[in-house]
Amino acid sequence: MNALAARLGNKPWLLSFAGAFAVWLATILFTEGKGGGEMITAALSFATFTVIVGIGQMFVITTGPGNVDLSIPSTIALAGGVAMKIMGGQDSLIWFGLLACIGAGLAVGAFNYALIRLLKIPPIIATLSSSLIVMSVAISYGRGLQIKPPPSFADFTTAQISGVPVLSICAILFAIAMAIILERTIYGRATLAIGQNVRVAHLAGVKVERARCITYLMSAAFAGLCGALLAGFSGGNALNMGEEYLLATIAVVVIGGTSVAGGRANVPGIWGAALFLYLLVTMLNTYGASAGIRLVLTGLIIIAMITLAGGDKPSR
Amino acid sequence: MTDTTLATPARDRMAFLGDPRLLRKALPAVSLVAILIAIFVLNERAMSYRGLDLMLKYAVPIAFATIAQMFILTVNDLDLSIGAFVGLVACIAGTWLVDQPVLCILILAGCIASYAAIGALIHMRRLPSIVVTLGMSFVWLGIAVILMPTPGGMVPDWLKALMSWKPPLVPFPIIACLVIALVAHVLLMESSYGAVLRGAGGNATAIDRAGWSLLRIRMSMYALAGFFGVLSGLSLIGLTTSPDAHIADRYTLLSIAGVILGGGEFVGGRVSPIGAVIGAVTLVLTGSFLIFMRISPDWQIGAQGAVLIVVLALRALIKLREAK
Repeated sequence: MNALAARLGNKPWLLSFAGAFAVWLATILFTEGKGGGEMITAALSFATFTVIVGIGQMFVITTGPGNVDLSIPSTIALAGGVAMKIMGGQDSLIWFGLLACIGAGLAVGAFNYALIRLLKIPPIIATLSSSLIVMSVAISYGRGLQIKPPPSFADFTTAQISGVPVLSICAILFAIAMAIILERTIYGRATLAIGQNVRVAHLAGVKVERARCITYLMSAAFAGLCGALLAGFSGGNALNMGEEYLLATIAVVVIGGTSVAGGRANVPGIWGAALFLYLLVTMLNTYGASAGIRLVLTGLIIIAMITLAGGDKPSR
Repeated sequence: MTDTTLATPARDRMAFLGDPRLLRKALPAVSLVAILIAIFVLNERAMSYRGLDLMLKYAVPIAFATIAQMFILTVNDLDLSIGAFVGLVACIAGTWLVDQPVLCILILAGCIASYAAIGALIHMRRLPSIVVTLGMSFVWLGIAVILMPTPGGMVPDWLKALMSWKPPLVPFPIIACLVIALVAHVLLMESSYGAVLRGAGGNATAIDRAGWSLLRIRMSMYALAGFFGVLSGLSLIGLTTSPDAHIADRYTLLSIAGVILGGGEFVGGRVSPIGAVIGAVTLVLTGSFLIFMRISPDWQIGAQGAVLIVVLALRALIKLREAK
């Protein structure tokens, strides 16, 4: 047991996959094996969105304590609206819509970073203030109307190859690319170094501000992309589309083995944690839990997972 | 630090602005006065007993929630669950306060105790407060939804009467906000244990070495936050007829914005209870200002964000001068 705990301690992201598997097993034992495959398919497709925004949040959190992007839900709402409006239901305009949603994300990211840099305020407050403004822009821009995605775009976001959603395959490739960026590029190493000790990183010649700027741009751009994909997947944009992704992104990052104190990041853990979160809700649904009980248990299990994964180790 | 620098020409030119430290302290009050003047210019009828009473009606529960958030920020944590907690308190009070007041008070005391327990968990396991409180917001909301799936419940008459009390000369919300600010001020800024509590946010190691229990400090702060959260929920249902689980969802962001507007810093135990109440009132008035400007309610939350950014920008400017 202790050896197991030690191994999990070394590879905290294994815990998230183990958790996902345990929850899946508990559910199909209850249904006596029925629907196990469908459950994995559904988990993969819903986890995809959490993974895309979660990776952006991971880079932000990695840059050190106090760094969290609270503007993700608003950005998803705004970018979803922008993408659907520009695509206007026409297949020929899909690429413009995708560019526009990433553009909207980059604009929010640039605004966030400008607030952090120019006003020298903690990122939490900066992204909180900008999220309020972005939400108002989204409300005013979309007029609360739902616009349907172009047929090919909707097909693409819901397509499956023998039970595996195409979007999930893309997101796995995306995660691999981001893991390489984190581990092998100057930017990735700089982000980790900043999270470990920003002063030392600066003295060692790391371009702190450039890395920080890229991080906030990236997080918002991923949220923007996620907004468009989510709108395509769910048959149209909605203002509350991004609501659940505030808790979800922070939870998957932390459960996935990224240190909240910064300086230590883990991409595969995000996949495990995202699958875990979705399967957990499915399990509670299967067991017939009411909406209230589902909320209570989700909250408690997230706290339990974080307590188990441990907080900031003082030694480092 | 500011007084030792020699007078440079640039400083002379701006000398009429006075001491930057004083300026920073005055900033919350200046923002409040500015928005009040703007409202009165737009609509002079607002400058009356009735006008102020109406505009500031909801300032009382928001001020309580802001003070609750301030206690958490004092120890460098952040509470993302206060809105859901206030909603839960509203549902608990709406369910039991009329029929079984003793049971209701016991349950609310239990809520405060669980807040202290969360503080203990965060401290002992060195967990990030953001994640734990975000998780707790689901727990509070879930319990509230189980208690009250649809809006309903009963509000005791004495609570309604208190919240709609019309004292002579000064409207009740103003008196209530003043009392809240003063009580929190005395608790945190004037008492000797208050200095220790703030010190834990400024330099935890020093407080620890001086022999104070950091665990107990964090638990006290969370318990105080829970207590003020309960007061927020109670005052809120005194204003509405039918509480529901989502009644205070916005309070989480509003309370953080209020503390920051009121001059609170994010780290270092630098907070101001009086400023926090002023910040909360300023945010409430922003809504009235937009209505008088005939701006669509779509922009209500955006305007609150903009006010926050403007005040923070001013503060950054003042800090720049302070550094000179």
